[in-house]
Amino acid sequence: MKSGSLGFVMLCHTALDRAAQVARHWAERDCPVVIHVDKRVGRKAHARLLKQLEDLGNVRFSRRHSCEWGTWGLIAATQDASEVILAEFPGVRHVYLASGACLPLRPVGELIRYLDARPRTDFIESVTTEDVGWTVGGLDVERFTLRFPFSWRKQRRLFDWYVRVQRRVGFRRKVPAGVVPHLGSQWWCLTRQTLSAILENPDRDEIDRYFRRVWIPDESYFQTLVRQVSPNVESRSLTLSKFDFQGKPHIFYDDHLQILRRSDCFVARKIWPHADKLYRNFLTDNASAQAAEPNPGKIDRLFSKAVERRTKGRAGLYMQSRYPNENWENGRTAAPYAVFEGFTDVFENFEVWLGKTTGTRVHGHLFAPDRVEFAGRETVYNGALSDSATLRDYTPKGFLTNLLWNTRGERQCLQFGPGDNQALATFMAGDPNAQISVISGAWAVPLFHSNRNFSDIRREAAQLQKIEAEFLAMLRSPWAKARVRVWTLAEFVENPMEPLQTVVDEISPRSMRRLTEVPRLTDLSGFGQFLQNLRNQGMQPVLMGEFPVNDDLRGNPPRRGRPYLVN
Amino acid sequence: MKLLSQYVLRLARKRWLVRAMRKRRELQPVVDRTNLISRDGILLFSTLRNEKIRLPFFLRYYRDLGVNHFLFVDNDSDDGGREYLAQQPDVSVWTTSASYKRARFGADWLNWLQRKYGHGHWTLVVDADEFFVYPFCDTRPLRALTDWLDASSIKSFSAMLLDMYPKGPFDAQPYSEGQDPLEIANWFDSGNYVINRNRKFGNLWIQGGPRMRMFFADAPERAPALNKVPLVKWHRSYAYVSSTHSLLPRGLNQVYDEWGGEKASGVLLHAKFLDTFGTKAAEEMARRQHYANSHEYRAYSQVIGTEPDLWCKWSEKYINWRQLEILGLMSKGNWA
Repeated sequence: MKSGSLGFVMLCHTALDRAAQVARHWAERDCPVVIHVDKRVGRKAHARLLKQLEDLGNVRFSRRHSCEWGTWGLIAATQDASEVILAEFPGVRHVYLASGACLPLRPVGELIRYLDARPRTDFIESVTTEDVGWTVGGLDVERFTLRFPFSWRKQRRLFDWYVRVQRRVGFRRKVPAGVVPHLGSQWWCLTRQTLSAILENPDRDEIDRYFRRVWIPDESYFQTLVRQVSPNVESRSLTLSKFDFQGKPHIFYDDHLQILRRSDCFVARKIWPHADKLYRNFLTDNASAQAAEPNPGKIDRLFSKAVERRTKGRAGLYMQSRYPNENWENGRTAAPYAVFEGFTDVFENFEVWLGKTTGTRVHGHLFAPDRVEFAGRETVYNGALSDSATLRDYTPKGFLTNLLWNTRGERQCLQFGPGDNQALATFMAGDPNAQISVISGAWAVPLFHSNRNFSDIRREAAQLQKIEAEFLAMLRSPWAKARVRVWTLAEFVENPMEPLQTVVDEISPRSMRRLTEVPRLTDLSGFGQFLQNLRNQGMQPVLMGEFPVNDDLRGNPPRRGRPYLVN
Repeated sequence: MKLLSQYVLRLARKRWLVRAMRKRRELQPVVDRTNLISRDGILLFSTLRNEKIRLPFFLRYYRDLGVNHFLFVDNDSDDGGREYLAQQPDVSVWTTSASYKRARFGADWLNWLQRKYGHGHWTLVVDADEFFVYPFCDTRPLRALTDWLDASSIKSFSAMLLDMYPKGPFDAQPYSEGQDPLEIANWFDSGNYVINRNRKFGNLWIQGGPRMRMFFADAPERAPALNKVPLVKWHRSYAYVSSTHSLLPRGLNQVYDEWGGEKASGVLLHAKFLDTFGTKAAEEMARRQHYANSHEYRAYSQVIGTEPDLWCKWSEKYINWRQLEILGLMSKGNWA
C-alpha cells in the first residue's frame, strides 16, 4: 500500500479521545499510524477508540501489552507496533514514536520536509551513563547492572532496600557483549534502516532477555542499541518533553499556547487532555511563520525556574508552603541589613545622618521594649507591620524576616542595644545577611547624661554590660556568620572617621567617596570620671576600653588615609 | 514514644469519626441530589447560617472554577437561604437546628457528609465568605489543579485565609445580592503574617493580618488561625480536627516544605468585612456559638463601635493571584 514517508507509533493509555483526535490528524495527512493501547484500558474505552478511527485506512492497532511505568511492557509494545508499521507500510522511511498525550505543534508537512532533508538521520537522545545528570534516584549505570524485581511506585521501600543490599554485596549483572549503556528521552524518530536493524538483530532474544530486567528500559533500550546500528545519530529528541525534579513530565495547558508556538518544536508532550485551546489551535495546517529549527530555550527556562522554586525556594520567605528547618533556609533573611549597636548613643543625629549618607532606610531600635521604632516612627510599616511591641515579641523572628521580605530592594539599617529585646541576638549573629557594627560600652553614655540616682545607674550599668558581653561572645563564636565589627568606645571616639567610613562603604559600596558630613559627637567631657565613679561603687566597666580619668580624648585630629577592610 | 504518639493520634481520629457518625442524626435532608455526583466530580462542602445574600455570587464563583456538586449544611437559617439552595440543580442541602458549637463549629457535620459522599473525590471545604484562589486560576480550571495533584501524588492542598477589607468603614458601600464582594473588600495586609509550628499535628499555625493588627495587639496568641487545608482528595478514614485548620492523619498537614523549597499553595480570600458584618457580629455575640467564647466577635464589637477602618497606607489592593505569588502569600511550587 502506498503511503507517506513518515509514520507514527502511538502508545496510549489514558485520554483516548484526545489520542484519537491526534491520530486522525496525522492519518488524514497521509501519515500511517499504529496505535498501541495499554492492556489495562477497559474494553469499552478500547472499543470506542476502534470505532472512532475505523474509517481511516492507514491506522492499525498492535498487540496489547500491559505497560506499567518503568517496566518492559513499554518496549514490547513499541517493538510490536514498529514491526506492524514497517511491514504494512513499506513507503515509510521515518518512524516517529509518540504517546497519546502528544500534540503536533507545527503542520505535519513541515516535519516531513525537515525529515526529507535529513533522510538518513536518526533523532534519538542517546547519552552515555557517565554524562547524564537527570536520572531520578541517582541510578544511572546501576540501572544496567542491578536487578529490580520490586515496583518503584508501589513497593518503594523494598525497591530501595534491595538496591542497597545489592550495592553492599557488590552484585553486578553481566552486560552483554557489544552493549554500551546509553540513556535518553524515550520519544524518538528513527529511520526504517535503523529500526529494522534493531528489530531484526540475530541476537535480539538475548538482548531482550537482558533488557527485560533493566530498570526503565524505555529510556535505554533503543538509546543503547541505536549506537550499534546507526552511523548517523542526532542525539536529541524531536519531541518537546520536560521533566520535573521527581522525574514526572511537566504538563502543558492552554496558557502555554504562545510559548509553545514560539518554541518551533514539532511535537510536544504532555498535553492536559482538557486543554481545548491547544488542541483547537495546533491541529491545523497553518504553517508557522518561519521554517525554523526547534528552539525550546524559553520553555526550558520556564520549567527549570519551576524546579528551582520547588527545590530551593525564595530566600528569606516563610509562608504556608515554605517553612524551612533551621539551617535549611537557603538564606535566613531576604536581603542584607545593617545592625548598629551604640552609634545612636555616641552620635546625636546618627539615624538622620546615616539615611542621608547611604540612601538607605534607617530604623531606630526595632526591638525597643516599649514599641517598634520604625523609620520616621511610623505606627504601621511596609506590609502593614504593626509597631506594637507585644505583637513583635510574640514571634520576633517572624517580625524581622517579614520586615526584610517586605522591603526587598531597599537596604534596611536598624539600631540595636543591650536595652532591647535580645530574643533575636542569636538569629542575627548566625545570619550571613547581617552586618553588625558594635561600639561596645556605648550604652554607658546615656546613663552618664541621665539625671538618675547613682545607685540606679550602677545597677543598670551592670545589667547592660552583662547583656552586651553575652552578645559580643555570640558574635565571636565559631558559628557566627554575620559580618561583625566591634570597637570599644575608647577606640571609637579617639578616631571616629575611620570606622564610619568603613561601615558606610560596606553599606553602599558604589558611592565610594570620602565622608564630608560627620554626625555630631555627643559631649563626653567628664565621662572618664563617671566611669571611675562606677568603679568606686564596686562595678567594673570593661567594655568601653581604657578611658583616662581626666583626659579629653577628642583632641586628636582624625588620621588621614583610607581605611581598608581586612578580612 | 513515636509509636505512642502515633497511636494517640489514631485514637483521636477514630474519636472524631465516631463523633461525626453520632452527629449525623442532627442532620435532616432538605434536598438530596447526591445521585448526580459523578465518579470523578469535584465536591464542595460548606456549613452556613443566614448567608442568602452571598449565595448567588458564591455559587457562580465556584461553578466557574469547575465544582461539580455542592453539599451544604444549613444551620437553622431564617433568611430564605435554605429554600434558595434547594432550588439549585447541583446542590444538596441538609438542615439542623442543633448547636454549631457542639458540632465543633460544623466540623462534625461536614466530616460525616465527606465520609459518606466525599470518599475518592477531591473535596473543597469553604465558608460562604471564602473564595479559593490557586496558581493559574485565571487560565486553568480547578480540574487542572486536581489532575496535577493526582499526578504528583499530592493528597492535600493548602490555602491560607487572607482577610480582605474595604477602605473606610465597613458600611460605607452596601453589598447587594449577586455582587462580587471583592469589588468592595479589595484590600489586604501583605506582609505581617507569623508562623508557629504545631508539633502534635504537624501543621503550621499562621496568624496575622488586619484582625491581629487591630483587634489582638494585646493578646496575639488568641488571634484567629489563618492556616487552612481546604482541598483534599478525601478518604473515608480522614477527619478534620478543628475547622479546616488541621486534619488527621497528620501527613495531610504536611503541605509545606521543610528543606528550603516551596510547595504549591493557594489563598482563600476572606470577604468577611462587608456592611453585613455589623449585624452578623451582633447576632453571633448573642448566640455565643463561635470559637473561644466568641472572643473574636467581642473584640470586633468593641473596636467597631468606634468608627472601624482596617485600611492603612500600607494596605495592598488586590489584583490577581500573580500578585499574591510575588508577595509570597502563595506559591506555584513546581507547577508551571
